[in-house]
Amino acid sequence: MSKKTEVIINVALIGALFLVLFLLEQNLPSTHMLFTVLKKGAIYALVAVSMNLLNGFTGLFSLGQAGFMLVGAYTYGVLTIPVADRANVYMYFDGGLIQFALHPIIAIILAGALAALFAYLIGLPVLRLKSDYLAIATLGFAEIIRAIFQWDQLGPITNGSNLLRNYPSYKSVLFYFAASGVCIALIVMLINSTYGRAFKAIRDDEVAAEAMGINLAHHKRIAFVVSSFFAGVSGALLAMYQTSVQAAMFKSAMTYEILLIVVIGGIGSVTGSCISSFLFIILSEWLLRFLDTETYIGDFHVPLLRSGFRKVVFAVIIMIIVLFFRQGIMGTREFSVRSIYNKITGKSRKKEEGGAAS
Amino acid sequence: MDWLSKNLPYLMAGISVGGQYALIAIGYTMVYGILRLINFAHGDIFMCAGLIMVYSVTVMPMYLAIPFVLVTTVLIGFLVERVAYKPLRSAPRMSVMISAIGVSYLLQNLALYITGGLAQQYPTIPWISDVITVFGVTTKRVTVITPFLVILLVVSLVFLIQKTKIGMAMRAASKDFETSQLMGIKINSVISFTFIIGSFLAAVGSLLFFSNYTGVTPTVGAMPGLKAFVAAVFGGIGSIPGAVIGAFIIGISENIIKGLGWTTFSDAFTFALLIVVLICKPTGLFGEAATDKV
Amino acid sequence: MKKKLMSVVVAASIAAMSIGAVPAMADTVKIGVYEPASGDNGAGGKQETLGMQYANSIAPKVEIGGTEYDVELDIVDNESSNDKGPSAASKLVGDGVSVVLGSYGSGVSIAASDIFKEGGVPAIGVTCTNPQVTQGNTHYFRICFLDPFQGSVLANFASENFGAKKAYCLAKLGDDYSQGLVFYFTKAFEALGGEVVKADFPEGNSDFTSYITEAKNAGCDVFFTPTSTEAAANTIEQAAAQGLEIPLLAGDTWDSNVILNAAKGKNVKIYVTTFYQEGGNADFDTGMKEFINSDATNVANNGGDDTIAAVSAMGYDAYFTALEALKAAGTTDPAAVNEALWNVTYDGVSGHIEFDSENGDAIRSSAFVKVVNTETGAWDFVSEQTVSE
Repeated sequence: MSKKTEVIINVALIGALFLVLFLLEQNLPSTHMLFTVLKKGAIYALVAVSMNLLNGFTGLFSLGQAGFMLVGAYTYGVLTIPVADRANVYMYFDGGLIQFALHPIIAIILAGALAALFAYLIGLPVLRLKSDYLAIATLGFAEIIRAIFQWDQLGPITNGSNLLRNYPSYKSVLFYFAASGVCIALIVMLINSTYGRAFKAIRDDEVAAEAMGINLAHHKRIAFVVSSFFAGVSGALLAMYQTSVQAAMFKSAMTYEILLIVVIGGIGSVTGSCISSFLFIILSEWLLRFLDTETYIGDFHVPLLRSGFRKVVFAVIIMIIVLFFRQGIMGTREFSVRSIYNKITGKSRKKEEGGAAS
Repeated sequence: MDWLSKNLPYLMAGISVGGQYALIAIGYTMVYGILRLINFAHGDIFMCAGLIMVYSVTVMPMYLAIPFVLVTTVLIGFLVERVAYKPLRSAPRMSVMISAIGVSYLLQNLALYITGGLAQQYPTIPWISDVITVFGVTTKRVTVITPFLVILLVVSLVFLIQKTKIGMAMRAASKDFETSQLMGIKINSVISFTFIIGSFLAAVGSLLFFSNYTGVTPTVGAMPGLKAFVAAVFGGIGSIPGAVIGAFIIGISENIIKGLGWTTFSDAFTFALLIVVLICKPTGLFGEAATDKV
Repeated sequence: MKKKLMSVVVAASIAAMSIGAVPAMADTVKIGVYEPASGDNGAGGKQETLGMQYANSIAPKVEIGGTEYDVELDIVDNESSNDKGPSAASKLVGDGVSVVLGSYGSGVSIAASDIFKEGGVPAIGVTCTNPQVTQGNTHYFRICFLDPFQGSVLANFASENFGAKKAYCLAKLGDDYSQGLVFYFTKAFEALGGEVVKADFPEGNSDFTSYITEAKNAGCDVFFTPTSTEAAANTIEQAAAQGLEIPLLAGDTWDSNVILNAAKGKNVKIYVTTFYQEGGNADFDTGMKEFINSDATNVANNGGDDTIAAVSAMGYDAYFTALEALKAAGTTDPAAVNEALWNVTYDGVSGHIEFDSENGDAIRSSAFVKVVNTETGAWDFVSEQTVSE
């Protein structure tokens, strides 16, 4: 299959996807569960890929994702609340300090930029740390960020412990897919560039990479900042999705959830992260909800089913994946038109693997 | 005297909390010393110990419930290691850590399912829960006992590690995992033993902690767990006296911060301390220089 | 490239959807219950739901426009979390509910508000006391009083009954409920000439000894701590252990058996404002207790005994308010129910319910103040407190 046909098929598929989404939106009520989970799935796909860029492609085990999402979500909320609504939202702080509102798109980009700035500053000290120490330090920073955003003294800007709301948000699922799609495409381009190859070299062997002339500090910082930028963007999208935002929800539990999505999808696979995000959200928030309701089939009381059971089942599934399917859904492979084509035509997989993995 | 009675409570709370962190921190530091694994589930094992106590006193008298809690907690710790960590012995470190996070997620959700999410009231253990007055300060007896009990336990633990055969095996395993295996040390039983000691101390810690702070919720172990880990890093991971001293320092300074009125940042301070230590002296106060094998 | 996969997922979801969406039966009307069953507010959410379930058990049918309908409660768990709430709300809208009850916790209510709005489904807040829930919209109603009211009731109570001049206020960091109450309490208390010392505690904190010491050292007259029940149990225990002599004040969340259990046999004084006083309606009390005791799960959801929480009474009233709205609308169409709600009045166990015409908030001018009887482990009535604006 030539490169050109591959591109054409991909463009056609993306076009078809958006067409399907568009048609669905025309024909189903806008509050349909499908759209809710698809929106959230798209947002989580972005943040999972951004985490994968660090953990999977650069080998930096960071647990700060929720913190950067918080920065993004707050930046978006703070900058876009219409001036007229500020008195209501900042009701404990006399309308707050900021008395202007930006266009949502600009605010989303700024959300990413501010998260990236935080990442740059945090990265200066912590990126020198190795594996689990880095994990625990980034986890700690996420907690510190949360405490700062909830601080009363910053209330005129962040609204303290109270929620931000009434900011504009796009309702269409197309927007979330487009925004998240563009960002993921940018990450994929980065991974396929020289930088991406350097990242992988660092992941596989730091010492060897350094010996090959790769500037470790520089590349690690780039991976960290870029990953945080997109975490910030996804935070802004998440703020939009849930129409109100509060620092209290960006706990370490959120980071763990994203990490588990990355693991299920396969550490080091972009498409894996995307697939598992959608699977995770659709299953946990939609299809498995019945596990939480007490059910009778005829007179038979189905045992175990009551609130909380869904989460137990989910946790068990995750443990099974972690223990027995360590590769996750995709391992380090990628899902692509080419790999399908090769499978159908029976071309040797091994030969293509190197190319398809990137 | 007035100054003392005003400020002594902060110090006592700090020492008592520090002692409880210390008992959890030992579990972290020993496991890390041997497996190089941050056992994220350790705080949740501590929570399980609390819940088992809550439920066991409803069916048995207190003098049976306490040993029962210690035994079942040890069993849980042992099982967690066998089921979730042992199969990953040759896997990358990140996989084991993810497995630990998974176990933590599972234990918390199980606890949520069983308790229904309501805070469970921890039973009153006679004698240690009594209210007493020390230097004009009213507090529970457990607050005063904790530091002494901790020191007693640590001394016997250090004795165990320095003087017994299994202790020697543990020290060997933490020095060099592969070589000790070659020397005929049954590495799996050493690791199991480490988890057993860690869980036992966490169970003792839970008795003290929950006698003081009586609400048991599914997430109650998360924060003390993280702080105990910070304490372990602070004192130099792998070093038991280091973990204990680190825990006391963190417990006391946390309460001093609260006493100074910066309550918003009492947790943030702990993490800031962690980051400073990691950057300035990654080996902690008493840690040995890392022998990084390339 | 990855887009292709998404389309596979979409296709799979559509397939799942067509199986999952069973059309509502002709003679059934669905009332959505949007409450947390897990997360920080899981305990309170379950008690609130219990009240609705009890109401549903005694009034399982309603006559709407001449036809008799079975009422079905459609219960979803919003996990006390703003990011899990929207999908739970979507499920309710997708199931075709006529009206939604809930949620315990204001943040999740606000997070779902837009979904209900778009779906054209009205919602009745049961115990979400944050003013922002109903502010500026026409589809969210509420049957409880608001934070500003509750805050000033407590401030007045502290000043009148204890002659308090200095109050220690402890709120949870990042929690809009306790922070909001402390804000309004402070405002009212300072207007009365009092002084406030404020502190925050972080998420997951169990150690309140330092806060209690600080309150003692500062020479405060009351300790105002309108926190969640988890923190409350610890605060009470430690206040008793440290011999805190000043009274503890709190808001409606403390009206729970968790507090009673924690305070029983201890030397503490605890006052709360609440919506409902057990014993206020004997029929409701006996019926509710029977309902709780009839099923082990109910007992567990109620925290292990049959003490009636105020939120259960509120859930009970919310259910009947919804039935009134359905009757008045004469149809199960959510839009008509929304219109009808504005004029609904109902005399519930927690008092008279009627909505103001601006935001759809309950018009309530009084709150009950109760004190824990530490000998019997039950609530004693203190007074009915009103505030003149």
